[in-house]
Amino acid sequence: MKSLTWLNIAAAALLATSLALVWFAAPLEASMGAVQKIFYFHVAAAWVGMVGFLITFVVGIIYLIRPNPKLDWLGAATAEVGLLLSIITTVTGSIWARPAWNTWWTWDVRLTTYTIAILIYVGYLFLRGAIEDPTRRARFAAVYGVVGFISVPLTFLSIRLWQSIHPAVIGTATPTSQGGFDMAPIMALIVILAQVTTVLVFAALTATRYRLLELQDQVDAQRALALQAESDLPSHSPATASVAK
Amino acid sequence: MKRYFKVIGAVVWKDLAAELRSRETVSAMIVFSMLMVLVFSIALELNRGARESTAAGVLWATALFSGTLGLNRGLGREQDRGTLEGLLLAPADRSALYFGKFLSSWVLILAVQVVTVPVLSVLYNFNLAQPLVLLSLILGTLGYTGVGTLLSAVSAQTRARDVLLPILLLPVSVPVLMAGVQSSGGALAGEPWSELMIWFSLLVTYDVIFLAVAVMVFEAVVGE
Repeated sequence: MKSLTWLNIAAAALLATSLALVWFAAPLEASMGAVQKIFYFHVAAAWVGMVGFLITFVVGIIYLIRPNPKLDWLGAATAEVGLLLSIITTVTGSIWARPAWNTWWTWDVRLTTYTIAILIYVGYLFLRGAIEDPTRRARFAAVYGVVGFISVPLTFLSIRLWQSIHPAVIGTATPTSQGGFDMAPIMALIVILAQVTTVLVFAALTATRYRLLELQDQVDAQRALALQAESDLPSHSPATASVAK
Repeated sequence: MKRYFKVIGAVVWKDLAAELRSRETVSAMIVFSMLMVLVFSIALELNRGARESTAAGVLWATALFSGTLGLNRGLGREQDRGTLEGLLLAPADRSALYFGKFLSSWVLILAVQVVTVPVLSVLYNFNLAQPLVLLSLILGTLGYTGVGTLLSAVSAQTRARDVLLPILLLPVSVPVLMAGVQSSGGALAGEPWSELMIWFSLLVTYDVIFLAVAVMVFEAVVGE
């Protein structure tokens, strides 16, 4: 468990460093000002969050072919952390959109797709919470992890097609005007650092969550054994033993 | 191969015969649809102009929500009565059971549309029963029922099942809703086929992908 502790310490240290750099060292962007600083972590959270869902999807497929509880723990951990990063993406995007597009919410392709993805993975967690039996929970979660992930590109496509018919531009800026500014070297450096940091934070949170699920599983197994032993001792009737199982 | 289709037919026949005798699912779905139409009429406080632009949206929202009701009953009832085990014990391919369940739910959902579409047309005072609108309903409910049958098999075996199905099904059905509303709304507004074709392609793509995925993973959902 030493390595997990070190991973967490490294992630925390790097997060503190890059946040400090974003706040104090990164220059103010000429046209957008301070709100542009959101992008360092907004972009990183967006793609790392999707990578989290992708891992849940891949692990789900492998689980359905070759069941193994470790795959289930990994899938659950990456879905949870992916959900967290997607929420960060949507919230920071919304905060940026308020001054930039003059609205908290617009039916922008990416913003809408991320919001629907959030709802899918909230459903994924609901599903996990509604099943007691660990192998059944793992199988159903794998199925929903696969179905949910496949629907995301179709959702993206349908919203993009809809947008091309109804260009919902609010304010003056268009939804596509986000890149293209000349980046100062220090900015580029912090952008890269923010990506690395987010990947490391993702890895640390996932590893921690995985470890927790693993321990939870051991506790459940121990508890089942204890219940079994308890019901076996006083009366040796097979009926009570089977109830405890 | 012939046996395979016989199994599908038997499951569909069993479900529809049970439904014809009790009529409890379809009647509940129809009443619910009518209530939704009423709720939308009041909530949107419809005037003539608003009606024409929202008709497709009301039609689709009604179809999807009443569909959830039917899907919940379909496998939920089997689970309650313990008849799901019986079905699974039958010496038949699991995918045939899936297709049977899927087809019987789809027939029920379409049967509800047979009532909803004319009623909406009368209330809204213009004809919704146009070929392209019906095609869009058929294609859209196909994919929706395909995923819905799989996810209802999932939710039927959990603790919070009636609540869980819509939570699982609606977010993955966003492409159906989007393409359905756009294609039928466009057809009602008299847009040419060249404009609408993309939405129908999206519906067909969704149907193919999700039916294929559902068939592949159904075994994992019902097989113990």
